[in-house]
Amino acid sequence: MTTVRISDDALALACGAEAVAAAFAAAGCTVERVSSWGMHWLEPLVEINGVGWGPVSPARVGEIVAGGADDICIGPIAAHPFIIGQQRLTFARAGKTRPLSLEDFAASGGWSALTRARAMAPATVIGEVLASGLRGRGGAGFPAGIKWRTVAEAPASHKFVVCNADEGDSATFADRMLMEGDPFQLIEGMAICAHAVGAARGYVYMRSEYPHAIAKLKAAIALAAEHIAPFEIEVRVGAGAYVCGEETALLNSIEGKRGEVRAKPPLPALEGLFGCPTVVNNVLTLAAVPHILSEGGAALYARLGVDRSKGTMPIQLAGNIRHGGLYETAFGISLGDLVNRIGGGTASGRPVKAVQVGGPLGAYVPPSQFDLPFDYEAFAGADALIGHGGICVFDDSADLAALARFAFEFCAAESCGKCTPCRIGSTRGVELIDRIRVGGKPQADAVERLPQMHNARKAGRSREEELALLDDLLEAMQFGSLCALGSFTPYPVRSALKHWPEDFA
Amino acid sequence: MNRAERLAAILADFAKVEGALLPILHEVQAAFGCVDAEAEATIAAALNLARAEVHGVVSFYHDFSAAPDPRPCLELCGAEACQARGVNALLAAARQAAGERVRVKTVYCLGVCSAGPAARTGDRLHARLDEETLVNLVNAL
Repeated sequence: MTTVRISDDALALACGAEAVAAAFAAAGCTVERVSSWGMHWLEPLVEINGVGWGPVSPARVGEIVAGGADDICIGPIAAHPFIIGQQRLTFARAGKTRPLSLEDFAASGGWSALTRARAMAPATVIGEVLASGLRGRGGAGFPAGIKWRTVAEAPASHKFVVCNADEGDSATFADRMLMEGDPFQLIEGMAICAHAVGAARGYVYMRSEYPHAIAKLKAAIALAAEHIAPFEIEVRVGAGAYVCGEETALLNSIEGKRGEVRAKPPLPALEGLFGCPTVVNNVLTLAAVPHILSEGGAALYARLGVDRSKGTMPIQLAGNIRHGGLYETAFGISLGDLVNRIGGGTASGRPVKAVQVGGPLGAYVPPSQFDLPFDYEAFAGADALIGHGGICVFDDSADLAALARFAFEFCAAESCGKCTPCRIGSTRGVELIDRIRVGGKPQADAVERLPQMHNARKAGRSREEELALLDDLLEAMQFGSLCALGSFTPYPVRSALKHWPEDFA
Repeated sequence: MNRAERLAAILADFAKVEGALLPILHEVQAAFGCVDAEAEATIAAALNLARAEVHGVVSFYHDFSAAPDPRPCLELCGAEACQARGVNALLAAARQAAGERVRVKTVYCLGVCSAGPAARTGDRLHARLDEETLVNLVNAL
């Protein structure tokens, strides 16, 4: 009997994988549900004896079973150019294993890093993480080993490992794919971290927009309980607040409070969850750990990448892109390579106008800067950021002024409200962009004209004066906000203004 | 089980959980379609909090509501990646099909950003939407 492998990743399901799987079952095939290869334009992707077809609709199932449908056959999947160009360490199992099969996990090297780490002294484990050069994959890029060492050395009776799975950035989905496709790897990484820092309990804080990932991870934690005991992991589900992806807001949310950002210091590594020393790491950071802790893994990891950006980054190609999906590769690849050579340009076939890298708080980068290497410092030097590794492509129909306005709107909708630059500045920003687009403000408004508004200006403002005011506002937000939501919103706005001033006319 | 018993059962389930307020609110929202003032007061008493503290949390998060909305709901992604794939051009048709009967809620990111425009109905995800499939989706709710 023919065995057919089809992903049960949320994206495949959203593209109709369930109906395709049912059609193969009805045709007498054995259907195996596996993780996604990450070639999203081909989903639902069907694999029979290593050969792939995609995207498959139920109507094509009969032909495929009969050995036909050559027009959608992509040949051996593992040899596809999109796959062979990658260096998959964190996503080594993508497409190859059944997500909730302990058997598949163990057969592909699962638990061996945990066994090895537990035979080592905690300080030695941390030493290997330091040697690998692994930096936090959530966006800030803080060295993971230093964070772990801080927690390990903090004197306390209780410590926690918290996995930040509140992947709210648009154009990112690597956390979701990892948790749905290879949940045991994340669990193994958390258990290694717990051993290294001396934590007995871990939490995964996941956004409520990911129902499939929540179900998969909860099931995986139950299955893996005996492998990680006495360490325990609990999944906590967010409630639709983007700002809870900020680590201190996230901790407040787990504690049952409003997701308001905390002032730092104290660092969460010293006073985190319930006041105890806490490691807060992103899904991809923790999922990279089993590879690093395998024999020789740290040295291999440190050899990949460039400068201070070591190892691999699971990059997410999204938005208006022909070949969207997950592309894990060593740091240093150019942005143009990612967008044009690998991503195939826009899905609409029109020219690329801008790409936003790093989610809603990331800068818009024009094609003239496509030689930028994917590297934390290189991006920072170009007033941009890598963030969580999401790349969102826009074609020439995009209106960058509207997108800059949206950045402010989004900040206003998601601001936790604790600090003034973010809470109020975001709304003032929306108003300013609206005024700039209509050429300024002809006269003072009703409130400004009130006699008691002594300091308010009684005349209107020209477009140039409004632009200067916007610059002031952006500076206040960038340097006066408590967390990245307020202080990074200027990135998309400034980059749009700088590279596409004509859109603001 | 009446309302009060149901709420008591939820609170009992989380009696030993540290930081239980969010999980409790999720359960209450799922069971009653909202977290109203009466539920807030009961939850506050059980957790030894002021009602204001519970209300502060309920009103902070987008997932909780103070009053029930019995209409079926379509969550349409309005984030940048779906904008790049043209979701804004579909909004008018979706709103027209929805009318007052269906609630169309904008959410920011459903995590299928390479295959937008995307929407969610209950726990089902829908990708690669165009005007026709989106309107059909609304009409089927």
